[in-house]
Amino acid sequence: MGKTATLFKGAKKFFIEIGDLSYFGARFFKEVFKPPFEFKELMRQCYQMGNRSLMLVTVTGFIIGLVLTLQSRPTLIQFGAVSWMPNMVGISIVREIGPVITALICAGRIASGIGAELGSMRVTEQIDAMEVSGTNPFKYLVITRIMATTLMLPILVIYGDLVALYGSALVENLKGDVSFQLYFNTVFDALSFSDLVPATIKSFFFGFAIGLVGCYKGYYSKKGTAGVGVAANTAVVMASLLLFVVDFIAVFISDIFYEL
Amino acid sequence: MSFNMTEPDQITTSNESAQGGKAVIEIKDLYKSFGDNHVLNGFNMTLMEGENLVVMGKSGSGKSVMIKCLVGLVKPDSGTVKVLGEEINKLDQQTLDELRSDIGFLFQGSALYDSMTVRENLEFPMRRHKEKLGVVSDTEPLVREALENVGLAHTMDLMPVELSGGMKRRIALARTLILKPKVILYDEPTSGLDPITSKEIIELMRSIQKKYGTSSLIITHDVDCARVISERMILLVDGINYAEGTYSQLSQSTDPKVDAFFKK
Ligand SMILES: Nc1ncnc2c1ncn2[C@@H]1O[C@H](COP(=O)(O)OP(=O)(O)OP(=O)(O)O)[C@@H](O)[C@H]1O
Ligand SMILES: [Mg+2]
Repeated sequence: MGKTATLFKGAKKFFIEIGDLSYFGARFFKEVFKPPFEFKELMRQCYQMGNRSLMLVTVTGFIIGLVLTLQSRPTLIQFGAVSWMPNMVGISIVREIGPVITALICAGRIASGIGAELGSMRVTEQIDAMEVSGTNPFKYLVITRIMATTLMLPILVIYGDLVALYGSALVENLKGDVSFQLYFNTVFDALSFSDLVPATIKSFFFGFAIGLVGCYKGYYSKKGTAGVGVAANTAVVMASLLLFVVDFIAVFISDIFYEL
Repeated sequence: MSFNMTEPDQITTSNESAQGGKAVIEIKDLYKSFGDNHVLNGFNMTLMEGENLVVMGKSGSGKSVMIKCLVGLVKPDSGTVKVLGEEINKLDQQTLDELRSDIGFLFQGSALYDSMTVRENLEFPMRRHKEKLGVVSDTEPLVREALENVGLAHTMDLMPVELSGGMKRRIALARTLILKPKVILYDEPTSGLDPITSKEIIELMRSIQKKYGTSSLIITHDVDCARVISERMILLVDGINYAEGTYSQLSQSTDPKVDAFFKK
């Protein structure tokens, strides 16, 4: 009895949260096309996002490419298929691993950053101060950040893909005597439009999810300094979960298109 | 309210008390609850033009909630709030924003934007109210004037983290003043500051009032601050305006709830 009650309560809380988040997203779409536009702030946020995550994306992308290639080599050699390496690594990175890993990194770095930043602005009444001085804080803080993550994530994903491919090419170059030029030629031959487009569209949604969750958690942060920590923390968890849900839906949809 | 009835020497209904000017803020029967927490239970208050009114109350008595109702940051459950003749809760967003430029609000924790320099902090309120100021092209002289008013012109390019608590409060005051508001609402202007810095802030508030002739509503639980600056005081107890009068009237009261404020 007690357990079902807690379960029920938890489920209710979960659905309320989903509802609130959807409402927050709806408000974004309602206000994003209405002037005034905070263009300068948008640019600043884009720059900050790139600046904050570039290093991490570089390192992880490079290592993922490296490791993926090293791990698959023995198996491919066994089947005498090592010349397929660029195709295999290229497709898996561009279609799935690149977008997901980059988005997860950004969820950890950016969603938590936004959650903490807006959370502390809420707690120290800076958001109230903005509102009192006649600037709509939702427009100035939330819309610019969500736009920035949505626009920047695809760029970061493409960059991350390239770095990962470079890591993979490096292994092939050292271990298999494949020149960089040959490696990249094979990769680009193997990749088709139908690999790139869904991955890029997916990345826009990933970016949107990261910005949305970070802003939502920060904007409605609870009072007190503990609230800021909670906002940052739950932003990462929720954003990461949402990324996988979005990924599942995206793969599901693009799969339908492949079959056609 | 009931207390006012029984102590005739302290009865001053808000309208009589002022020097015959017109009311800039009128609160009537303000109610606000958060769940089961009934914070305001029929609060009444009038601030007259050019007056310094102090509202005192214990921590958690709802002072900040009350002052936030005045600028539309908190929506009351019932009651009317009129500022400069306009009923706050009936305005559309644009009119409300225009009205807000006539109301200065000094937040309890200063609320400086910590991602911006002092200069950008002061320029921020001007973004939306350029018409009001007339000069659009160059904000520098205005920023400088506001900073000179609070004696901190040299901090223009510093970040808020580089400032002390007292300096932050003064910058926040400068930011409040930059739109030349007609009314200033101070939420605990001296809280968290040492006595000397508090005195400086109080002096600053007085000189601003003299210079610009603003009306001020000051919320505090600092008795010294209240004594120095108040022309009239209201005690907020149990969500109502429990007692009103001048500092000397209230400080001589025998009512235990009033007396508790003035005991050292
Ligand atoms: N947004 C809110 N949600 C829920 N409760 C709130 C909210 N804001 C204020 N309260 C509650 O209202 C009561 C009054 O709070 P308020 O901040 O007005 O106190 P205060 O008189 O300003 O105290 P202090 O002197 O400490 O600043 C408190 O019990 C507080 O918990
Ligand atoms: Mg307060």
